[in-house]
Amino acid sequence: MIRLYKRPAPSRLWIFLAPLVAMVLTLLSGLILFSLLGVPVVEAFYAFFIEPLTSVYGLAELGVKAAPLIMIGVVLSVCFRAGVWNIGAEGQFILGAICGAAVGLSLKEVEAFWVLPLMMLAGIAGGMLWASIPALLRTRFNTNEILTSLMLTYVASLLLAYMVIGPLQDPFGFNFPQSALFHKAATLPVVWPNTRLHLGFVVALMLVGLVWLLMSRSMLGFSLLVTGSAPRAGRFAGFSVNRSVWVTMLVSGGVAGLAGLFEVAGPIGQLLPKISPGYGFTAIIVAFVGRLHPVGVLFAGLLLALSYLGGESAQISLNLPVAVTGVFQGLLLFFLLAADVLIHYSLKPVTTAPAEFTGLTNTQAQHVANSEQGAP
Amino acid sequence: MNAEMLLLTALTIITAATPLVYAAIGELVVEKSGVLNLGVEGMMLGGAVSSFALLHLTGNAYFGILGGAFAGIFLAGIFAVLTLGLQASQVATGLALTIFGTGLTALLGKSLVGVGHSGLQKLPIPFLSDLPVLGRLLFQQDVLVYGSFLIVPLVAWFLYRTSAGLTLRSVGDSHDAAHALGINVLRWRLLATLFGGACAGVAGAYLSLAYTPMWVENMTAGRGWIALALVVFATWRPGRMMFGAYLFGAISILQLHGQAWGIRVPSQLMSMLPYLATIMVLVVISRDRGKIRKHAPQSIGKSFYPTT
Amino acid sequence: MSQQVSDSGVLLNLQGISKSFPGCLANDNIDLQIREGQIHALLGQNGAGKSTLVKIIYGILQADAGTLHWRGEEVRIDNPGVARARGIAMVFQHFSLFESLSVIENIAIGLRGSGSSGKPTAQLRNRIHDVSSRYGLPLELDRPVYTLSVGEKQRIEIVRCLLQSPKLLVMDEPTSVLTPQEVATLFETLRKLAAEGTAILYISHKLDEIRALCSRATILRNGRKVAVADPATESSESLAAMMIGETATVLSHDNSNSGSTDKGRPRLSVNNLSLSDGDSQGVALQDVSFDVHAGEILGIAGVAGNGQDELMLALSGETRITPAAAITLHHESGLQAIAQSSPQERRTMGLCVVPEERLGHAAVPDMPLYENALLTAFKRMSLSRAGWISKAASHEFARQIIEKYQVVCRDSDATAASLSGGNLQKFVVGREIEQHPDVLVIAQPTWGVDAGAATTIRRALLTLAQAGAAVLVISQDLDELLQISDRVVAICGGRMSATYPAASLDASTIGILMGGGELPSSGLTT
Repeated sequence: MIRLYKRPAPSRLWIFLAPLVAMVLTLLSGLILFSLLGVPVVEAFYAFFIEPLTSVYGLAELGVKAAPLIMIGVVLSVCFRAGVWNIGAEGQFILGAICGAAVGLSLKEVEAFWVLPLMMLAGIAGGMLWASIPALLRTRFNTNEILTSLMLTYVASLLLAYMVIGPLQDPFGFNFPQSALFHKAATLPVVWPNTRLHLGFVVALMLVGLVWLLMSRSMLGFSLLVTGSAPRAGRFAGFSVNRSVWVTMLVSGGVAGLAGLFEVAGPIGQLLPKISPGYGFTAIIVAFVGRLHPVGVLFAGLLLALSYLGGESAQISLNLPVAVTGVFQGLLLFFLLAADVLIHYSLKPVTTAPAEFTGLTNTQAQHVANSEQGAP
Repeated sequence: MNAEMLLLTALTIITAATPLVYAAIGELVVEKSGVLNLGVEGMMLGGAVSSFALLHLTGNAYFGILGGAFAGIFLAGIFAVLTLGLQASQVATGLALTIFGTGLTALLGKSLVGVGHSGLQKLPIPFLSDLPVLGRLLFQQDVLVYGSFLIVPLVAWFLYRTSAGLTLRSVGDSHDAAHALGINVLRWRLLATLFGGACAGVAGAYLSLAYTPMWVENMTAGRGWIALALVVFATWRPGRMMFGAYLFGAISILQLHGQAWGIRVPSQLMSMLPYLATIMVLVVISRDRGKIRKHAPQSIGKSFYPTT
Repeated sequence: MSQQVSDSGVLLNLQGISKSFPGCLANDNIDLQIREGQIHALLGQNGAGKSTLVKIIYGILQADAGTLHWRGEEVRIDNPGVARARGIAMVFQHFSLFESLSVIENIAIGLRGSGSSGKPTAQLRNRIHDVSSRYGLPLELDRPVYTLSVGEKQRIEIVRCLLQSPKLLVMDEPTSVLTPQEVATLFETLRKLAAEGTAILYISHKLDEIRALCSRATILRNGRKVAVADPATESSESLAAMMIGETATVLSHDNSNSGSTDKGRPRLSVNNLSLSDGDSQGVALQDVSFDVHAGEILGIAGVAGNGQDELMLALSGETRITPAAAITLHHESGLQAIAQSSPQERRTMGLCVVPEERLGHAAVPDMPLYENALLTAFKRMSLSRAGWISKAASHEFARQIIEKYQVVCRDSDATAASLSGGNLQKFVVGREIEQHPDVLVIAQPTWGVDAGAATTIRRALLTLAQAGAAVLVISQDLDELLQISDRVVAICGGRMSATYPAASLDASTIGILMGGGELPSSGLTT
């Protein structure tokens, strides 16, 4: 029989190894899944993981998909490290898109450089507004932000569905549920000519650097880490938990809103009833796979973006349902959570033989003391 | 509005409340044991797609119900292995279960989209079904609705009147103290988690077998999350949970009847009501910290691993 | 000694018990014999292996090696259920009660599997009534446990054990939360039980108690049995020597004439501080007033849960109080009302605090020491500028503490959780003292700390006071308070007693104050 033994300190090695192990296990499970579904395994793998990366178009699309994932993932990782469970980034993404689009559509006569920045501000404001509701409820009424932020995601989807048949519907759109296309000044510039790779990817990279700096060097970042890791120690030091909730919620909501605006003002070009393949939820996986660290999130964002591209590619070449993407993402997160056990525990077979003993060293005596105080 | 319309409304409320009753009573037991499984939505979807697939394959809706329960148990089993066996965070694992369940069911259910079946048979109870009004309301239902009437008092009896129920509550209150008494904490939590999975699976089965006898991707539409909120709303008490489920059933069918009652609001906005109502009740309940303190399982969401 | 397995009077006989945890050996080849009707002490410092050994006896842990004979028969105790079935019952140091369940539900569940249905039946009620009236342990059966006092909770544990008519009752540090008067009542109960033939294994590090109660003592040190003694024929000093392994160092602190001579002007004043209880069931603090003077140590004695936590939080700034003048600091420039100020503002004004709980309150468990140094010192020690952290300065400050207070750790990158209790406490105390506060408030300074670290910490507090700071010590350890304080005050039910010079008090007089009583001669108050 195998038991878990708590490590004296978290294993740094496994912090990095766990995502790799999880990836390998996900690929293996994918292999089994494909063969069970009767799909040619080699072709499927090629279509899923290699083909998207073999063309300029594919690489650019990887950036397009990765941009919102990295943007949201990096701010969610700040939330989670601060102990704030913002699960509603998807809703904040949608609200940002709605608010930004509303500004863009209402200025459709104006061809000026400030239209797009104004839309971006509106997007940020929309996301912040949506995130401020769970923040207010948590800080004022002690209401669990997981459930409220998630409920607001459903509300946001319905609001979007209403907007594209109501106030923001294209008057010349034959009654289709969609808005008019954005005019030139309201469209996001492309940073790689002849592809769809847009400004959002650059913003995502800048955010990675900025968040890294803030979390590792600033008192603000430090206070978030303290209140997340040990709220009582935070209060003792004078860092308010409520302040952490507000800061992380507003920042993550604002960034998610900006990502939503980028999505509609860039790749999509108009408001549709469905503007996201679940970026806000996938970003949760991105944050975890990226070890809640900005640089990790960058790589995880690219990996999960590949799972979207692969799903599309496998749909085209092998007629597999797009839902395969969701399965892969879920499996990856499962395996990661399972592999994470090795960060804090070591697996050892149970032995009944008496342990070899050569006297109690200082550190051993400490463990006795610890175990005497802490063991149940 | 006439009596017939009122009766029809009451019947639809029962239909809308039944899946919530199952999902929430299962999660209530899970949380009473100290486990927070946020994967209810994923388990419900698993139950919904499996039960419909089994109905499709065998033509027998009762096999469907069983299949739904087992799908829920299977998914809850994954959750249990990760959180109870491998000490993974319950919050993260629950979210993963929902994401995984959504993807997996969409994949498995692809070929079932658009298939139609007659769904679960009504089973009128002799004599009682002939009662005026009450007969049609309560005694001309299908087996799952009858079950939902029974399961809540049964769970309440189990939790508060049996030795096993006391043990389960003790495990949720303090796993260290329970362990010190020689109670196998992980086994009780495993059993509770699997029971919660079965209930969520049956809740999903009701959706795809009776509520709308068909399979649609993501057809639970957040009901799993509402069930989670209901448990908080009920402050972990079965009776209040039942009341809450019916309240939410009523709110969610408002949108169906709104037009008929002359409410001129776009249907999308009406559809927001259950979600907004959930937020409202969560706020009202959470304000009262004393009540939460009194009834909430104290070690909810915390991992436990015996250190031997 | 070890061959008496067949002796009919021996109830429990442990031979060669060893138990190791990853990286350490908690029990090393320990022998222990308990006879029927004997009150047997298990004596040792924190970390000596006492708790591990009793957990093995009670089946919570399994020994790696060694044998366990029960009434001459070799047995395996795989879990507490087996132990209870044999007649072994245990009262834990930290109560293993279920807070949200009622008293009777708690008792019922504790009796599972021992012939009881495990349900709160009327029959159980009667049995509880019998036991509690026989041993003088009154209980209110239908109240939820979280509303009870510590003493009442302990009564539940004891009644729960007695209902099983145990042959062996294990008590793990039962008096650490009781007033001396409650201790006396408990001892009566235990003696009565022993007279009826029940063996009692009494775990403690309090030498006076053991000498008063026990007829046999097994002494553990560093996981090994070092001696078996008859406590009645030993002195406290000789028992302490066996327990610690060297003659205990006694701090020289002359407080014999303090109190009569005013050491300095007041530095911290608490004025009519009142606080309502969070559960709105009463008051946590009522009309609390006292001054702490420059150069003195004021000790607050009291049983846990009598308002000390609330007082600490009010002083540290974690709870804000109205009016602001309820807490004032005295400076050269005048008075500062601080009861509304944040913890950071108070530190800037010269008030530093060491809370009772090290991990999770005084320090962040998963953060390295240099970040834990930053946690409270960033302003006073200028470890951050304009919102940006200076890592170099933080490391430097952490290293300074580690060196000066002999904190055993890898380096300033080691996480707080990786340190032993004593070393982390030295670090935390050092972190506050090295900020040179005008006023230091410290709770349970040496709780769960080994003798060496306790001496270091007490010495540091005395040095700080000698340098002119005002020091407020809140402690349950009466010996400690009498040793280092100049004046002592007791807190009971949220009310303060009068203040007395430490030299005029002993354990029994403080005990009366801790129980809310008054001393006959009030002439001693200052």
